[in-house]
Amino acid sequence: MSILASGSFWAFVGVVAGIYTILALGLQVQFGFAGLLNFGQVAFMAISAYTMAILVVKEGWSTWLAAPLAIAAAAVGGLLLGLTSLRLRADYFAIVTIAFSEIIRYVATNDSSLTGGTQGTIALGPIGTASEYNGEWSRFEGRAQHALGFSSSDATMLVIVWTIAIVLLAVTWLALRTPWGRVLRAIRDDEDAAASLGKNTFAYKLQALAIGAALAGVAGLFYAWEFSFFSPDDFQPLLTFFAWMVLLLGGIGRVWAVPVGAGVFGFIFAGTRFLNFAPFSWFASDQRAYLRLIIVGLIILALVLVRPQGLLGNKREMVLE
Amino acid sequence: MFLQLVANGLVTGSVYAIAAVGVSLVYGILRLVNFAYGDMMAFGALIAFAVNGPLHQSMVVATLAGMAATAALALALDLVLWKPLRARRAGFMSLFLASIGLALVLRQALLLAAGSQPRSYHVNPYRVFVLGSVRLSEQQLIAIVTAAGTIVAVGLFLALTTVGRVLRAMADDRSLAAVAGIDVGRATRLAWLISGLLAGLAGVLAALVEYSFDPNFGFQLLLPVFAAVVLGGIGSAYGALVGGLALGIAQEVSTWSGFAGGVNPVYKPVVAFGVLAIALMIRPQGFFGQARTG
Repeated sequence: MSILASGSFWAFVGVVAGIYTILALGLQVQFGFAGLLNFGQVAFMAISAYTMAILVVKEGWSTWLAAPLAIAAAAVGGLLLGLTSLRLRADYFAIVTIAFSEIIRYVATNDSSLTGGTQGTIALGPIGTASEYNGEWSRFEGRAQHALGFSSSDATMLVIVWTIAIVLLAVTWLALRTPWGRVLRAIRDDEDAAASLGKNTFAYKLQALAIGAALAGVAGLFYAWEFSFFSPDDFQPLLTFFAWMVLLLGGIGRVWAVPVGAGVFGFIFAGTRFLNFAPFSWFASDQRAYLRLIIVGLIILALVLVRPQGLLGNKREMVLE
Repeated sequence: MFLQLVANGLVTGSVYAIAAVGVSLVYGILRLVNFAYGDMMAFGALIAFAVNGPLHQSMVVATLAGMAATAALALALDLVLWKPLRARRAGFMSLFLASIGLALVLRQALLLAAGSQPRSYHVNPYRVFVLGSVRLSEQQLIAIVTAAGTIVAVGLFLALTTVGRVLRAMADDRSLAAVAGIDVGRATRLAWLISGLLAGLAGVLAALVEYSFDPNFGFQLLLPVFAAVVLGGIGSAYGALVGGLALGIAQEVSTWSGFAGGVNPVYKPVVAFGVLAIALMIRPQGFFGQARTG
C-alpha cells in the first residue's frame, strides 16, 4: 500500500480528476443546460488531441498555434454533428452521437498515414522514427515547475490543469447567468415555449453542442500532454460513460457540482486499483481490472436508481427523468 | 462477385435483423433503448458455448440452452432493475444510462467468468453449399434460414395472437392499455422473455457466422444493430427486419470493386453509420417509424 502514501500518485489522481472536470463540464453545458443527450463526447477529445499532434509532428507547427486550432477543430466537429442530427428525436440523437464517436475512432484506427493507426502517435512521423508531440509542452512545464519552485512535475501539471479547469468553470458559470444562459435553460425546460417567444432554439442548441465540444477539446489536449502518447484505443466510448458518471455523481444542472463529481470519480477509480485485500485478492490482477469496471457500472446503476439528481444536484432545477 | 457480396450481406443482415427486432420490441413497450443488448447476445453465445464445448451437446441443444438462459437473465433483470425504475417513473434518460451501467457490469462479468480469449463452436466451417455463382458455408445458410423463420414467427405472433395484440396495444399507449384492463406487468415480462430469446439466438448465430468470438463481440455488434433499429423506425418489428437486411447488404456491397473501386473492408462499420446518417436526413423518423412518438 506504499504507493497510497506517495504524493506523485495522488497528484496524478488529481490531474485525471481535473481532465474529467473539463470533459464533464462540456456535458453539463450540453445536457445540464441545453438538454442534449450527447453520448459521443470522447470524439471531440480525439479530434482535438489528434489535430494538435498531427500539426506539431507532421507540419512542424508551434504547440501554441496548434492547440487553439485543435480546440477549434473539436468545436467544428460539434457543429457538423449538430447540423446533421440536432433535429432528430432525443433517443435517435443519443444513438447517432455514439455512432459519431465510433466513426472517429475507426478512422483514427485505420487511416494510419494520417494518425499512425493502431501504433498511436509514436508512428506519426516517417517510418523508423519515434515521434513526439510534447517537446514544447514539456519545456513549458519545466519552466512552470521552476517558477513555482516545485520538485515534481506531477504537482506542476496538477496546478496547470486545475487553474485552467477553474477558469473554465467560472466562465461557464458566468455565461449561464447572462440572457443567453437563461434562454438555454428555457429551451431545456420547454422548447416549444422558448420557440414561441421567437427564440431560434436550433441555433442555441447548436451553440451549446459546439461549446461542449470545445471543452472536450481542451480535455483532449491535457490528456495528450499528461500521457505523452495516445492511440485510437484511448478514445473508447467508455471514456464518454466515465464523463457521464462524473456528471451524475456531481449533479445535473450545477456547474460547481462537476469538480466534486470528478473528485469522487477519481478517488473511486484510483482507489479500486488497490483492491488487493480479500475477497479481491482471490483474483488475478487482470481479473481485478474487470472488477474495477464492474464497480463503476454498479455505481452508475445505484445512482440512477437511488439518487438521480446526483450528490449535489437540486431536484427543483433539473431531475434526471 | 456482386451476388456473393449480396449473399454475405444477407447473412450479416439476418443476424442484425433478429437482434434489431429484440431491441425494438422492448423499446416499443418500455421506451428503453437497451445498451446492454449486445452483452446479452454475448451471454447467450457463451452459455451455448459451455453447453456445446465442455458438455458435448449438439449445436441445436446448445442454441436452445443459450436462448433460455438469456431469456431468464432478461426476466431477472426486469425484476431487480427495470421494474424499480418503472415504479419511479424513470424517463428515457435514466433508462438509457442504467442500461449503459448494466452493459458495463455484464460485459466485465462475462470477461471475469469466461476470460477474453477467442473461442469457436464445434462445427465444420468447411462444408460449403454452391448456389449458382454464390458459395455459402453451412453456418451462413443456417443463419439466413433461421432468421427468416424467426422473424415470420414473431410477425405472425404479434399480428394474430391475443398476446401479440396486447403487446401492440401497449406499444401504442401504455396507460390506455392499462385502463382497458390489460395486465401490464405480465405483458412487460412477456416482452422481455421474447427479447431475451431473440438476444440469445442472435448471439449464437453471430458467433456461428463469425466462427471465432470472445465476450467483447456483443458490444461490437451493438451499434450496427442500433443503426438497423433506427433505420427501420424504432419500435417497429418489420422496420427492424428491413433495416437489418438493408444495413447488412449495404455494408458488404460497399466493398464491391465495381462500385468506384469499393470501400476498404475495415470501414464497413462506418458504412453502416453513413447509411444511417443519410437515411435520417431524408426521413428523420426512420422508414417505418411514426413522425411523433413519446
